[in-house]
Amino acid sequence: MGVFIVFFLFIGAAIDFLHFDAFTRAGPALPVATLFALGFAVVTTLTAYYGGSDMILSSLGAEKLNLQIPEHRELHNIVTEMALASGSPMPRIFVIFDPAPNALATGTNEKNAAVCVTTGLLTLLDREETQGVIAHEISHIRNDDVLLMTLVSILLGGIAILADWGQRGFYGSRSGRRLAGKNILLIIPLLILIALSPLIARLLAMAVSRQREYLADATAAQYTRNPSGLARALEKIRDAAMPFHKATRGTAHLFLINPLRRGVDERDGKIADWLASHPPIERRILLLYRMAGMSQPLVQGSKVQMVQ
Amino acid sequence: MIFVIWAIIFVLGIWVISTYNGLTALRLRIQNAWRQIDVQLKRRYDLIPNLVETVKGYMQYEQDTLQKVIDARSQAMAAKGVKESAEAQTALTQSLGKVFALMENYPELKASKNVSDLQEELTTTENQIAFARQYYNDLVTQYNTKQQVFPSNMLAGLFGFKPSEFFEVAEAEKALPRVNLSLTR
Repeated sequence: MGVFIVFFLFIGAAIDFLHFDAFTRAGPALPVATLFALGFAVVTTLTAYYGGSDMILSSLGAEKLNLQIPEHRELHNIVTEMALASGSPMPRIFVIFDPAPNALATGTNEKNAAVCVTTGLLTLLDREETQGVIAHEISHIRNDDVLLMTLVSILLGGIAILADWGQRGFYGSRSGRRLAGKNILLIIPLLILIALSPLIARLLAMAVSRQREYLADATAAQYTRNPSGLARALEKIRDAAMPFHKATRGTAHLFLINPLRRGVDERDGKIADWLASHPPIERRILLLYRMAGMSQPLVQGSKVQMVQ
Repeated sequence: MIFVIWAIIFVLGIWVISTYNGLTALRLRIQNAWRQIDVQLKRRYDLIPNLVETVKGYMQYEQDTLQKVIDARSQAMAAKGVKESAEAQTALTQSLGKVFALMENYPELKASKNVSDLQEELTTTENQIAFARQYYNDLVTQYNTKQQVFPSNMLAGLFGFKPSEFFEVAEAEKALPRVNLSLTR
């Protein structure tokens, strides 16, 4: 995260230097481009931040629980249990009528926090497994991940704006003159860096997101004292794998597993993994089983054998 | 020189205030966590007579077990203090577990919607008690650790913070079932 902020400031400063003559005697006193891009990104993201959790929930078609239905009552009970285990107030609970098994958490503080699961998840998982999933989601809330990822997307948006200016400005004749007076050895690497900055920013953002997923898995294990529940849930979801169509790139990091991934072809070490919002599911399962003191499940697939 | 002394006093002052506040906040959270356990326990007391009434008709031959649950309940309700109530609760949990296990033998009991609703209610109450207790114990660990490690132990002694009691699980519940897999000759 710190790396992220430094990177953002560096890109901003580079553009200020190249196009506005900042940091020289002739230039303006403040790094104009950096501040402007930051301000713009903050305003757009703050609107998403305050109305955000409700906006996301309604865009996903989330509905309130109906406590007459036994399954919903069970879900309510499980969330109560996990709220107790984590020592946090009860979040709001929603369900999405969708067969794809998945879950998400939103809300930037404990008051507007919400946990949301699909009906597909409720039918697929048993009580213990659902408990693991809910614990993972509550961990996201407790670890302030939603807030963190909001910050990350502010910076991501800011860098996108800066890079856009940086590239556009380069072709104009006015800035061509400005560039003339500067050291060529400094200009070329900076221009390349600016051109690549949106990609680098996205890589950084996704790295942050993946780390938070591992952390949420670990915190979930701490709350339930039962890592195998979540591990089995992930296995079942992996085997049932289907994309969740209502999710978008902007909301993908909120989910339990990457809702945009189509297949089950998640393997370690592929370049695509660097751009993934979630760590490879196999690795998460493996780590959870290790926490439970078990080696890898013997049979890859639906049936998991418990080996002590 | 004077400036350095003031700076040291300032930093010390901040440290004292933040340690004191941290300990106090933990103590309040422990009290709150204890109340949470209490709420769950009360709910269990309310649910047990319901359960016994519902299953009594089906489980003709288990009157002893049911009576034990009722007795354990009244004992737990009478218990005072963290340690005593922890013990009574353990006895109650065990006798309830026996009833759940016996219920498996009565298919018509499991088929009843009333009973399955009640069972889910009791399951979640049991879980909620366990998780509330887990959270309570985690907080107590934090609180007690903070009172014993250097340097915050100096302040804890000075301001009279006392270690809290764990909500302990009796030995019987902790003991793992031992399975002997060695071949007999």
